[in-house]
Amino acid sequence: MERDDIIEYSLHAHHSEEEGAKIRKNIYQVTVWMTIITILEVIVGIYCSRTTLMSNEDTKWIWESIKIGYIGLTLLKAGLIVFIFMHLGDERKNLKRMILAPYIAFVLYLIFIGLYEAVAVGGAMY
Amino acid sequence: MSAEATKAIEPKVLWGGGRSPFSLSYGKMMMWFFLVSDALTFGGLLVSLGFARHAAVTKGWSWPQSDQVFTHFPGTHANLPLLYVALMTFILIISSVTMVLAVEAGHRMDKKKVTFWLALTVVGGLIFVGSQVWEWSTYIAGPDGDITTWADNATLKQNFFLTDASGKLGAAGPQAYAMFFFFITGFHGFHVFSGVVINFIILMNVMGGTYERRGHYEMVEKVGLYWHFVDLVWVFVFTFYYLL
Repeated sequence: MERDDIIEYSLHAHHSEEEGAKIRKNIYQVTVWMTIITILEVIVGIYCSRTTLMSNEDTKWIWESIKIGYIGLTLLKAGLIVFIFMHLGDERKNLKRMILAPYIAFVLYLIFIGLYEAVAVGGAMY
Repeated sequence: MSAEATKAIEPKVLWGGGRSPFSLSYGKMMMWFFLVSDALTFGGLLVSLGFARHAAVTKGWSWPQSDQVFTHFPGTHANLPLLYVALMTFILIISSVTMVLAVEAGHRMDKKKVTFWLALTVVGGLIFVGSQVWEWSTYIAGPDGDITTWADNATLKQNFFLTDASGKLGAAGPQAYAMFFFFITGFHGFHVFSGVVINFIILMNVMGGTYERRGHYEMVEKVGLYWHFVDLVWVFVFTFYYLL
């Protein structure tokens, strides 16, 4: 039987020194971005206390926007990890879809049903 | 970058058999499948955390605030909310970076650099697991503990007992918070631990010249995928458990 691992599928396997320098530069840039995002998240977490913000009706919206900001930054970091570090961005389009589409569909439904039912259960408990 | 995946290939050839239509080796594809299923497990855990919290909040109970719970830093008694867990997050991200650098060095068949970066990745992982051990021992119930899976632990400094409007003690609440903490960080920590072990085995192989002889370092890429996934999960745990 013919072996199918004879075909060299690896992403940019065996690249040259110059190409390597370019890839490394990209990696360091992404590192800087991820560091900035993490530091930003922690600074906001320390200085914008949820307890203080939620105790006042007028400042509630600030926490709600911080919350959305947190989720946005997290998704941005996740995207950087998956597409740059895990090289999914360099893979074939059909692979990208095969990995992301089912997962996103499942998780979006899970989030919807989890939180929707939580509110219903919370209203009915005891 | 003249990679197989960026080549334009006729669909008929691509799907005609005799090759992977995804331009992916068997091992790497199975790693991706595993990661998707593992990501669903973690997604389920985080959604169940959201479920418990939303149900409690809807009932009118309060939910502990992580920036009021996680305030300790090793070696000091100062009130430093979230700083240590931020440091842990940073260490894990950096170990992810050293892993991607090891993969890049592998593409250049640079055995010395692969060894160097992979060894740093293992060290980063060990620091992270050690930090988690410290966190567990600090926050588990005890004279200095802040969270507990028990309902009536008198030794707790901060008691987040949740009461309803009539002052009756609720069943779900801080215990659920603690249980989710230990389950989610424990499950993730076990992933980190196994990742460290796998990375170490691959590091031994790299040093032994296994991949040098094989002609490519794809094995480093595969364990790299797993290691990045561990980092990816932690990014979400950090947000949904510690920040929100």
